[in-house]
Amino acid sequence: MVNSANDPLLAADDLHLSFGSTQALNSASLRVYAGEVLALMGPSGSGKSTLLHCLAGILTPDTGRVTYAGRDLSAMSDSERSALRRTEFGFVFQFGQLVPELTCLENVALPLRLAGVGRRQAQGAAAGWLARLEVADVAQKRPGQASGGQGQRVAVARALVSRPRVIFADEPTGALDSLNGERVMQLFIAAARDTGAAVVLVTHEPRVAAYSGREAVVRDGRVREQEYAL
Amino acid sequence: MCIVAVMSVGFALLGLLESGPRHGYDLKRSYDQRFGQGRTLHYGQVYSTLARLLKNGLVEVESEPGDGPDRKRYAITSAGVTDVATWLSQAERPEPYLQSTLYTKVVLALLTGRDAADVLDAQRAEHLRLMRELTRRKTGGDLADQLVCDYALFHLEADLRWLELTAARLDQLAGQVTGHAAGQVVGQVHP
Repeated sequence: MVNSANDPLLAADDLHLSFGSTQALNSASLRVYAGEVLALMGPSGSGKSTLLHCLAGILTPDTGRVTYAGRDLSAMSDSERSALRRTEFGFVFQFGQLVPELTCLENVALPLRLAGVGRRQAQGAAAGWLARLEVADVAQKRPGQASGGQGQRVAVARALVSRPRVIFADEPTGALDSLNGERVMQLFIAAARDTGAAVVLVTHEPRVAAYSGREAVVRDGRVREQEYAL
Repeated sequence: MCIVAVMSVGFALLGLLESGPRHGYDLKRSYDQRFGQGRTLHYGQVYSTLARLLKNGLVEVESEPGDGPDRKRYAITSAGVTDVATWLSQAERPEPYLQSTLYTKVVLALLTGRDAADVLDAQRAEHLRLMRELTRRKTGGDLADQLVCDYALFHLEADLRWLELTAARLDQLAGQVTGHAAGQVVGQVHP
């Protein structure tokens, strides 16, 4: 049952988006509630990553509306949208998201530094998150010197450091073996739950989706959403 | 399936006895702790299995003074040790998985003009529900819990992979099934 008393934190309504002649989203609608972990599943090319990018305000749909905490994303200016992404949203991708020239600690501290937090305080918070994700030992290494699993934990720490209300994760364990992928998911979901962040998790792996509270299936640009039972 | 389970209990009890003689009660507790996973043995099953092992000369009884089944300590015989070794060295026969209820449901949905995607969606939700439960149990558990849950999770994941592949091929399957049906099967379903 959808709990109508509980308004969604993030909602997509009737999104359409085409790339040339390819229709990526075809009347896609989705609700994300505060603090929940929602798995976005579906075959390759179904539109799940496109939907994630629309929800995060990275892509703008041709028609339809995305609202975050009651605010229409398409009515915002570019700078308002990027401020939202910096302060309210966190991102974890499959790979290639860390700045190679910075140490892992500096990477995690980066969102706080961009938000104007002092270096000492930002690095202190970053060190705490690295420890929480069990990768304190790579703090002074550059991402290229860390293993794939360690790099993803650093990326998760960076997504969490600014205490976002929504974390968008696109195949976060896609490049890892089962054992490393499992550990990343366990630490990621436990940490997200502790901070109360909602997680929108794009995955085609059922064992990764099993860390979610419910799933929505994207097929041919439409969403089949599992009803939310509180 | 049932036969395999009963056979395995016998071998499992025998194997547990290799480390030393035990009372039936201890043996049941040890089995439940290691292999029960929510489905514990009944005492009746333990004692009937031990009686069978005794009859086949795979265990022997060391009686203690007094009455009742718990006065008996069971010890493995050398024939029992050989049986355990043979059992461990034999590969289990892989399940052929060729009679799938889900496949039958999908084909019947297509044949009868119902929505086969609904069948798959309902099954996906149910599989994921169980996978979430196992994942929670695994996350809070020790290594033994993790391995037992992973065994189940990998099998459930395989089902879901098949399910997604089938979902992607439903139109193609519908064409084949109904084309085939025009000649024979529909006539039987709707005489």
